[in-house]
Amino acid sequence: MEKTFQGTESYVASPELLGAVNIATALEKPLLVKGEPGTGKTMLAQAVAEALGKRLIVWSVKSTTKAQDGLYVYDVVQRLYDSQFGAAGVDDIAKYVKLGKLGEAFASDEQVVLLIDEIDKADLEFPNDLLWELDRMEFYIPETKETVKAKRRPIVIITSNAEKELPDAFLRRCIFHYIAFPDPEQMEKIVRVHFDKLDDTLLRQAMEAFYFLRSIDSIEKKPSTSELVDWIRALELGGVDPARIRKEIPFAGVLLKKDKDLAAMERRLSR
Amino acid sequence: MFIGFFYLLRAHGFRVTSEEWMTLLRALTLGLHRSSLTGFYDLCRAVLVHSEADYDKFDAIFLEYFDGVPFEDELPEELLDWLNKPEDMLRDFRAFLQSAGYDEKTVEEILKAFEERLREQTEEHNGGSYWIGTRGYSNFGHSGHAPQGIRVGGVGRYRRAFQVAGERHFRDFRKDNTLDIRQFQMAFRLLRQYSSRAQGEKTEFDVDGTVRATGDKGGMLDVRWKRPRRNTVKVLMLMDSGGSMDYYAGLCSMLFQAAQRDNQFKELRVYYFHNCLTPTLYTNPQMRREQGVSTEWVLKNFGGEYKVILVGDAMMDMYELQSKRWDYRTNEAKYSGMDYLRRFRGQYPHLVWLNPEPPPRYGGYWGESYGRIAREVDMFPLSVEGLERAMKKLLVNR
Repeated sequence: MEKTFQGTESYVASPELLGAVNIATALEKPLLVKGEPGTGKTMLAQAVAEALGKRLIVWSVKSTTKAQDGLYVYDVVQRLYDSQFGAAGVDDIAKYVKLGKLGEAFASDEQVVLLIDEIDKADLEFPNDLLWELDRMEFYIPETKETVKAKRRPIVIITSNAEKELPDAFLRRCIFHYIAFPDPEQMEKIVRVHFDKLDDTLLRQAMEAFYFLRSIDSIEKKPSTSELVDWIRALELGGVDPARIRKEIPFAGVLLKKDKDLAAMERRLSR
Repeated sequence: MFIGFFYLLRAHGFRVTSEEWMTLLRALTLGLHRSSLTGFYDLCRAVLVHSEADYDKFDAIFLEYFDGVPFEDELPEELLDWLNKPEDMLRDFRAFLQSAGYDEKTVEEILKAFEERLREQTEEHNGGSYWIGTRGYSNFGHSGHAPQGIRVGGVGRYRRAFQVAGERHFRDFRKDNTLDIRQFQMAFRLLRQYSSRAQGEKTEFDVDGTVRATGDKGGMLDVRWKRPRRNTVKVLMLMDSGGSMDYYAGLCSMLFQAAQRDNQFKELRVYYFHNCLTPTLYTNPQMRREQGVSTEWVLKNFGGEYKVILVGDAMMDMYELQSKRWDYRTNEAKYSGMDYLRRFRGQYPHLVWLNPEPPPRYGGYWGESYGRIAREVDMFPLSVEGLERAMKKLLVNR
């Protein structure tokens, strides 16, 4: 049996998520992870790579990213330039073909973890353009008449913010997991990972205030995990009396970034 | 016994395909359900469900199917037996494929591919431990778990799948709830996504294409053009205001704001009407006379390329819909509300009606106009899901 993913020292994952990672790994299918911002989607790939002792290759997708970019780029300008100055090796097209992130992952001798981050940012066609490559784990470069084929199928983790709907054909090939926002119990574990020692009263009060803020409907941008960690750090450094935390929510600016949201909080607190 | 679950899923509108089912069977043969019902539930969900919006529906179906079976956190004998007999599984799978309408040849091909994959997988990954049985149940299912330090120890845990499914954590993600502006916005983005490159002239200088083509020609300049990649969608939104619509003012304002946000359409025009289309439309929801424009003017100035979104509860007196309305500009009563609706439908091939009001259950007084309008135009509920469906409708050609 291969090594399974159990979370790491610095990454706390829910049992469901661990299960999904291990299912995807065993079935050699891409794992599609969705979830609210700040639930650690991107961190997951890092943790998986770390836990399994594999190299991590990150492909960050932008709105202009094309599927082709991930496979390979043919640097035609450099070749033209070289040809004009008679540099050696112009005949060798392979010299000008550079593998993209996906190509890199395929070409690697060892199994790697490939993170395709925020796949939904690109055009609708993007996931579909990658179907064949992700299925077969190979692609063809016409310029060099070469086929790049994965020696060991990489562990592929794909994140999505659900900004666009992904095509059905693509979804059918993925193992899907939605990372729910951590419940207080889970959150406590996550927070404790970030601090060596933490005053229990402070933590309890801070968590209470945090979930209280998240429960206010009129707050548009709900605070997430990283903001909670920053806030607790601020509370610690500021030497705030724990008893005041829940009642007054000091340094609220760390948690809420919008004036409107801060005002909404004030209204609720003064009630 | 297990195949029924798939039929149930399909009956509830899950588009489970043979591909996914094959994946699930492969996973089961690899023992990925960890011989526990919770593991089985997690596995099914990971493989078969592709959106958190469907989690709740899946939970409900899972409960429906497996309810009444006395489950501990262990798979029931029947299921285990079944899993331990690969022949049975293949036989069931064959039956499934056949009933799904595949012909004999395709079925054979799929089964062959499946078996091959199975062999390959078990050799490669399991190092000999073929079926769950050989690995022993106690290995995973029952050993209690204690968090080691700060880590969560992985597999064993006592929560039963029923509990998980029973809690229905994902109710909030159901798409038929109306939630917030952002979700409306996302729905409107559907209108952008599909419209990017499909039409229009090649008017934009294509840097990459030119470089590539020039390089291929050994430096002879070869200029390439491409289609601009921007949203070409023009939207004409007509909203019912006042009267029975007051109740939905918040919802409509959210819809309006979502449509307006970050200028996502090439053009967005909004007009207001009361109950039904009349000779006059208004530029703001208070509908004062000086803010009126003639409906004829709107029809003349906004061509058929506009996508029209009508928002209203479609509940009114039938006379409002049927009697001809007086136009003070022309001093005649030429068209009824229904006539206007038909004229709009005729001019705009892409037209939908969004309705915040659920369809009236019994015809009734107000139901009559609703039914009449729903027969003329495509009507969608004003919820996130309805809006998404409406947007998709607006994108396809009739």
